[in-house]
Amino acid sequence: MPELICDGRTLRVAEGTSVAAALALGGDGCTRTSVSGQRRAPLCGMGICQECRVSIDGRRRLACQTLCRDGMRVETQA
Amino acid sequence: MADVIVIGAGIIGAACAQALARRGLQVLVLDAGLPGATAAGMGHLLVLDDNPAELALSQYSLQRWRALAPAMPNSCAYRRNGTLWLAANAEEMAVAQSKYLNLQAQGVACELLSRDALRQREPELREGLEGGLLINGDGILYAPATARWMLETPHINQRRARVGEVDGHRVRLDDGHWLKADAVILANGIQANELCPELPIEPKKGHLLITDRYPGKVTHTLVELGYVTSAHNASGPSTACNIQPRPTGQLFIGASRQFGTTDPQVEGWMLARMLKRATEYMPGLAQLNAIRAWTGFRAASPDGLPLVGQHPQRKGLWLAVGHEGLGVTTAPGTADLLVAQLFDETPPLAAQPYLPQRFLGEPVYA
Ligand SMILES: Cc1cc2nc3c(=O)[nH]c(=O)nc-3n(C[C@H](O)[C@H](O)[C@H](O)COP(=O)(O)OP(=O)(O)OC[C@H]3O[C@@H](n4cnc5c(N)ncnc54)[C@H](O)[C@@H]3O)c2cc1C
Ligand code: FES
Repeated sequence: MPELICDGRTLRVAEGTSVAAALALGGDGCTRTSVSGQRRAPLCGMGICQECRVSIDGRRRLACQTLCRDGMRVETQA
Repeated sequence: MADVIVIGAGIIGAACAQALARRGLQVLVLDAGLPGATAAGMGHLLVLDDNPAELALSQYSLQRWRALAPAMPNSCAYRRNGTLWLAANAEEMAVAQSKYLNLQAQGVACELLSRDALRQREPELREGLEGGLLINGDGILYAPATARWMLETPHINQRRARVGEVDGHRVRLDDGHWLKADAVILANGIQANELCPELPIEPKKGHLLITDRYPGKVTHTLVELGYVTSAHNASGPSTACNIQPRPTGQLFIGASRQFGTTDPQVEGWMLARMLKRATEYMPGLAQLNAIRAWTGFRAASPDGLPLVGQHPQRKGLWLAVGHEGLGVTTAPGTADLLVAQLFDETPPLAAQPYLPQRFLGEPVYA
């Protein structure tokens, strides 16, 4: 059961859970804040729309295309 | 009833319409809503000096953009962030030096940067570049929003309609209706040949890519000088490093050029070649997340300069076409040239190099 840190909070999820799913379970479901200050969430779930951009260990990634790993740091404010 | 009909609501049609409306004329702008270059392109405002006419038009236009900027709404995203031309080796540095002398002589503010100064200004650039040339007055803007802003000027009416035929100062819409005005301005970009098959305009395809937001990584628009020294043949596909920092923190990457295609599909091999070129200058780019790639078509004329002036064989029809990869930059200059000719005034810069006559022959009307 990987344990990750989402915006400073520890979250334990089942093996094979995507970051998008983890945020839906343990956060507000959003992955980022847009230029105009809106909270944005995954839409297509299949790597096309680019809505689910998120910072993982300091890098920009797609939450729907990334599986949770133990010790991952996920930031959704940027 | 309009005094002038403008065909095309891209940046060129919009700039012409705004200039005419500010003279108090009633302007009708017709646009078919086709995917145009204004929505696709990079919106880099830059002085280019490949020949004196290109320099005159771009330098004049940059001054006009700087004068317009304070009145432009935020959505136009104008920034005067400067262009930094990158020299990879001594040969390219020599090109930078002669460019510097040429621009200085014409009164364009610029400065040469040494190897160290370059890295200091743009730490994301790879080590070992020879130096650079910074053009201070260059900038960027978001062209679709800027065109929309220009079209909001009083005395302009806009209509969604496709023109099927032009006959001097008359146009036939696709629904069969004819409209007429004192003058018709053709500013329909790459589709110009559909209405005037005699125009020597060819599509030149370009690929573009934009990244997620990475604020603060890049400050100036970074463009390689390599295209001057790399012996790429003029008709084959080519790429050049062009990295533009958007006000959002996104990085906007170009540039590619391909002739002989009108297929808008993103081509993987071309995109890969373009990105590889950009990473040769900024290696860290390879670690960033791209969010979209697309293509657009530049309307290229044989000498790379636009056609601005009355059509020599079709009285009443005025041309503002063939702006290639520089039409956002040269839109204000084009508009001023055209308006001066329409009003029979002395233009702010010599109109001669851009007259359609150079391809279409001498006027048949007096
Ligand atoms: C990849 C790429 C990158 C570029 N980068 C830059 C850059 O960094 N800096 C720069 O200065 N320039 C750049 N350019 C060039 C610039 O974008 C163009 O020169 C400019 O946008 C041309 O504007 P336009 O108004 O002539 O044409 P368009 O924007 O193409 O507008 C033409 C309009 O005419 C309409 N139309 C066509 N046919 C008809 C018809 N029959 N009836 C009614 N309406 C019609 C269309 O719907 C369209 O809206 C770039 C271009 C490309 C493709
Ligand atoms: S939700 Fe569309 S790319 Fe992830």
